[in-house]
Amino acid sequence: MGVDRREFLKIAGMAALFGLGGKAAVDIFAPGELQASMEGIPLTKGKRWAMVIDIRKCLDQQAKGKDGCKECIMACHRAHNVPDWGDPKHAIKWIWQDTFEHSFPNQHNPFIEEGLRHRPVILLCNHCFNPPCVRVCPTQATFKREEDGIVCMDMHRCIGCRFCMAACPYGSRSFNWGDPRKAPKELNPDYPTNRAYPERTKGVVEKCDFCIELISKGELPACVQACDKLKVHALTFGDLADPESNVRKLLSERYTIRRKPELGTEPNLFYIV
Amino acid sequence: MYDGGKIIVGLIIGLGLLLSPFFYNAGKAAKAPDPELTAKAKEAKACVAPLKYMQESHFTLLDEWRHTVVRDGERYYTSSDGKRYYKSLQTTCLDCHSNYSKFCLQCHNYVDVDPYCWDCHIQPEEKK
Repeated sequence: MGVDRREFLKIAGMAALFGLGGKAAVDIFAPGELQASMEGIPLTKGKRWAMVIDIRKCLDQQAKGKDGCKECIMACHRAHNVPDWGDPKHAIKWIWQDTFEHSFPNQHNPFIEEGLRHRPVILLCNHCFNPPCVRVCPTQATFKREEDGIVCMDMHRCIGCRFCMAACPYGSRSFNWGDPRKAPKELNPDYPTNRAYPERTKGVVEKCDFCIELISKGELPACVQACDKLKVHALTFGDLADPESNVRKLLSERYTIRRKPELGTEPNLFYIV
Repeated sequence: MYDGGKIIVGLIIGLGLLLSPFFYNAGKAAKAPDPELTAKAKEAKACVAPLKYMQESHFTLLDEWRHTVVRDGERYYTSSDGKRYYKSLQTTCLDCHSNYSKFCLQCHNYVDVDPYCWDCHIQPEEKK
């Protein structure tokens, strides 16, 4: 035998070192995967649902009531069995309000007109064209529907890791810290409010899904229906891919802004200011 | 063998104790419960798939429904006799089978399964 124990160990050690280094080198210099992950989600083919929110119309309606107007929020939360926990840290948000300054931090202006200063803006999931939440989800529980661009949740798959909540720059995702069925009874006397819709469990993340169950039946999302019922029509829902659609018409006529467009997520929610 | 008699007697007693639940329950096999049909289910006569398939593989069908609805957005199911159904546990299945405890639960208890469907999907309200 030409190889003694010492010689064998030396060869094995060198081989292992070369093997490890070699694999890393191949991983780094191979063009395929790494490059692909930088390109993001493939572009949607076909339809692209979007919403245009007229902040002025909404604020006019807010000014009418003593406590403002929360019809769209109530309609949504009723339709989707979203309980009120009475604690902002546990709040489940599908559609909610925040001040103009918080909603559009990139529109910073210390001399902003009084009509917008600290005024509430309706916020919901932006259903981004390039959703960061989808990119980080380890189980593909959240995914973008290629046929219409809606960012959906598959509650059956969510493991509650909350990566998506960290990734979403808009705070559109909420975690169920407790079983919704155990939400305080005095705040939710008629819970569950919609017996045709499921609830969620403790430990999953949820968010607005543009009412996919209503869209599939050819109806408008619950928030839009609620606003239309008041004849305010501050929320307009339509197909961005169709140049003749209601949303495209509004966008071509009015000046609109989007939340944090500099991040490149391409929100599908537009605000008329 | 030292103390052979004691060991053998001990073994017999031990084995007897181990098998005692089998002797205790011998001949008392629990009868498989029959799912009870509501008046509405009886009237409909046919389910979304043949009876035998539903008895043996309803969970496969439900799993397929949940996958195709949530992931692919296909919300309608055409049965072998050409009828169209809205794929929904809560609004289609439970519309006929509104007696959860007599239709679902007693069988699930018998075979000792605990499906987590009901953690989120709301059970129908039953009249007592």
